[in-house]
Amino acid sequence: MSINDWYIILTASVVSASCAILGCFLVLRKMAMVGDAISHAVLPGIVIAFLISGSRDSLIMVAGASAIGLLTTFIIEFLHRRGRLQSDAAIGVTFTSLFAAGVILVSAFTGKIDLDQDCVLYGEIAYVPLDLFITDGGTIVGPRALIIGVVVLLFISGFVWIGFRPLALTTFDPAYAGTIGVSAALWHYLLMGSVSVTTVASFESVGAILVVALLIGPATTSYLLTDNLKIMILLSVLTGIIASAGGYFLAVRMDGSIAGAIASVNGVLFLLAMLFSPRHGLITKKIGRKISAPVQSE
Amino acid sequence: MKTDHNKQIPAFEVHDLTVAFDKKPVLWNIDLQIPQGKLVGIIGPNGAGKSTLIKASMGLLPISSGYVKILNEPIDEVRQHVSYVPQRESVDWDFPASVMDVVLMGRYTQAGMFRPLRQADKDIATDCLKQVGMLQFADRQISQLSGGQQQRTFLARALAQQADLYFMDEPFAGVDAATEKTIIGLLRSITDSGKTVLVVHHDLQSVQQYFDWVILLNTRLIASGAVTEAFTSELLKETYGGKLSILSEVGNLIRRESFPNRETTLP
Repeated sequence: MSINDWYIILTASVVSASCAILGCFLVLRKMAMVGDAISHAVLPGIVIAFLISGSRDSLIMVAGASAIGLLTTFIIEFLHRRGRLQSDAAIGVTFTSLFAAGVILVSAFTGKIDLDQDCVLYGEIAYVPLDLFITDGGTIVGPRALIIGVVVLLFISGFVWIGFRPLALTTFDPAYAGTIGVSAALWHYLLMGSVSVTTVASFESVGAILVVALLIGPATTSYLLTDNLKIMILLSVLTGIIASAGGYFLAVRMDGSIAGAIASVNGVLFLLAMLFSPRHGLITKKIGRKISAPVQSE
Repeated sequence: MKTDHNKQIPAFEVHDLTVAFDKKPVLWNIDLQIPQGKLVGIIGPNGAGKSTLIKASMGLLPISSGYVKILNEPIDEVRQHVSYVPQRESVDWDFPASVMDVVLMGRYTQAGMFRPLRQADKDIATDCLKQVGMLQFADRQISQLSGGQQQRTFLARALAQQADLYFMDEPFAGVDAATEKTIIGLLRSITDSGKTVLVVHHDLQSVQQYFDWVILLNTRLIASGAVTEAFTSELLKETYGGKLSILSEVGNLIRRESFPNRETTLP
């Protein structure tokens, strides 16, 4: 294996890990599709940031995309609460409109910005080793996407580490959280802001469509495997890494899309968890292992 | 924070409270005071604003006019002293947490949201689980609990807060008779120690047996007072309006109010 293979696997792994951590909370909050919405809706933010700054400066990109990501959550909430739209309909109309605006911007300014539609939709992680981050002194630090991915992963891990209790509490019982002075709205927007940031970091690698696979795939897999939130988060990170490495080798073998292969492996891992999870697995239950005490019906 | 409250000040005071959703009032001009140490039933038909009264008092819903005082302070000053038990169905019990995890949430106010829990907090949580008879289920995943066990878990979490005022939204909904008995015994021991408990309650049959104070609510406040004074046939008719089945039930109740055991009062 060359260093380039390692760069690609590492980049996919750090991006997957960030997505998996946040994905756990999205899944438990029944907001998987909001993650989908944000990952698409940040596109116009990225393009506008490009157009204004004229550079691929990551900070500006992250800022622009986060702003749009938060705006997306505001619009969805607004349409749902004030517009009396069902929440799934509110999500559907919001993110498609914003994404479409992004697609128009990309196609209209193709010559001016370093983005093309295929890259936006599917990502191009194979090019990660080509785009190196070089300091002013001329030292090659490593692939730009990998460095951004590591920084984002550190940020996300820190955020969830420090905010673990309020995040878990507002996810499980937002009303109770409110009564002890923990604002569910504040932590909702902090989480959504983090999802936006992570999405931007994942964008170039896996594209707008498949980033959802990274957000939701590992989280749902680990949800089936454990009854402990901390273990669920750790397992989801592990799942994400396994899918990244497995997906890469599969893609190399088949000479196919790396991002597509990673997402497919995520799907396969979920299927395995669904069939063989120790407590909830369909096959495990069939085999007739004694399942824990029956739940009393109301 | 102050911990010893003057026993003379009301535990819960509502003044001219109006709460509206989309310009439609759910609570209208509510005015009441509850002394400390009472076990209070909040009674009224569906949509009367019972849960709204609790949620607005806890600051979970915006208030259109009026104010609420708890132990003579606005709610934000005394959150540490107030505990809220939401309706059991309001949360997703498939959440990956154990019974102990949920009860420890009750220690977050005292222990601090971002500081690690100490052994003392775990001891308190263990003790509260013991009080509700759930200690043997401490490590059980919450999705594996029956309705009654879920309710006991919530109650243990509330106990772990060591509050002075408890709001409970339908703690008896969908629980078995044994749990109902455990819960009412616990509530009684809480109020015996001078604390105050307000319970949204549906079963008129058990009101006289369980509570020493009632709030009769139907958007407006019909009555608030000792059970002996406020739980009367006329006031209940006013609370429930023209609902005939309930009216006759109320008639039977009042006639048989000298019989405390509800099994024997059933026709």
